[in-house]
Amino acid sequence: MATEHADNAQHALTPSAYIEHHLSFNAQPLNESAGFWTLHVDTFVMSVALGFIVMGLIWLVARRATSGVPTKTQAFVELVFGFIDDQVKNIFHGNRHSFIAPTALTVFLWVFAMNSMDFLPVDWVAGIVSFFGGEHAKWRAVPTSDINTTFALALTVWILMIFFAIKVKGFGGWIHELFCAPFGSKIWVWPANFMFNLIEYVSKPLSHSLRLFGNMYAGEVIFLLLGMWAATGLTGTIAGAILGAGWSIFHILIVALQAFIFMMLTVVYLAMAHEGH
Amino acid sequence: MNINFTLIAQAIAFAVLIWFTVKFVWPPLLKAIETRQKEIADGLAAAQEGRSALEVAAKKSEVTLAEAKQKASEIIAQAEKRGTQIVEEAKGNAKVEGDRILAGAKSEIDQEVNRAKEGLRAQVSALAIAGAEKILRKEIDAKAHSEMLSKLAAEL
Repeated sequence: MATEHADNAQHALTPSAYIEHHLSFNAQPLNESAGFWTLHVDTFVMSVALGFIVMGLIWLVARRATSGVPTKTQAFVELVFGFIDDQVKNIFHGNRHSFIAPTALTVFLWVFAMNSMDFLPVDWVAGIVSFFGGEHAKWRAVPTSDINTTFALALTVWILMIFFAIKVKGFGGWIHELFCAPFGSKIWVWPANFMFNLIEYVSKPLSHSLRLFGNMYAGEVIFLLLGMWAATGLTGTIAGAILGAGWSIFHILIVALQAFIFMMLTVVYLAMAHEGH
Repeated sequence: MNINFTLIAQAIAFAVLIWFTVKFVWPPLLKAIETRQKEIADGLAAAQEGRSALEVAAKKSEVTLAEAKQKASEIIAQAEKRGTQIVEEAKGNAKVEGDRILAGAKSEIDQEVNRAKEGLRAQVSALAIAGAEKILRKEIDAKAHSEMLSKLAAEL
């Protein structure tokens, strides 16, 4: 129904139709009832493609990594490697090479690549997609502006967090910590401790995922608004172009920063899971 | 903003990517970098070692050079000494030889002189006999007086 409405609006070319078109996912129902069983094809295809392109390129370099004089490509990859490794080393004081540091590398590069899709001009993406898929085809290029992606990442980290907490402290130790930290092990503070930990466990994935989602979504909306301004006439085009360029430049910072923050929070959460109270 | 199956699909993709990185991307890079770090450390240590070895060698060469110089001067001094010794010896030899030659010459001269004296003595004695013959006008038995005459000649 919503799709129909959007289609009608599309023909009218109103601002709201423009924004709605750009902010609609290419959602394919996986069975008749749809609802939860829907896949955002655009988000999924873009993120998986980007993930395998980025990690695959790194892998191609890593496979031929030499301990001798590195090529320029390898030097660049090692620069990224060293940057991530240093960050993790400062936060996590265990054997970081077996899991946490590679995870941080994956998170940083993947999120960075997905965020970078925001640099693609919104209307070019729409133009290419409508060329191949028809006028009403929908395609959102930025997977991190889909809450499903950010939630998926945050929940995976959350599960890893609980997994490591249980692995390091044992199941009993983890339960003990749920009730006895941070206020102490007296029985009358158990409810307070448990509530405190519960809130912590709920708030962590929420803040983790919504921070990234909010930043990327807002960035996209601002690009759309500037694009719309450009449709109003010559003044709007010039102003929209200048502001669009400015926002793009500022967005380079946001893209890198949000990827970095997401990576740092992942490392911090996983490191915290390793530490006992 | 509806949560749907995309979330599960993305989580699976994320898990696969993490697995891939843990298994295939991180270890070779880590190995390459750590190996290089070790190689650089080893190289620096070797360079340090080489530098100290060079210092030792320089010191040793200095000592050897000094020794060689000393030995050379010793040899030169010895040679000079030996040279003067040879010259002295030669001088001594020459002097001895000269003396010997001189002595020979002297003795020869003495012999000549003696021989001349003998001759003169003989002549003088003959003259004396002839003179005495003439003075005494008397024949003298040359045989009877020859002993006395030769005695007389020896006294001259």
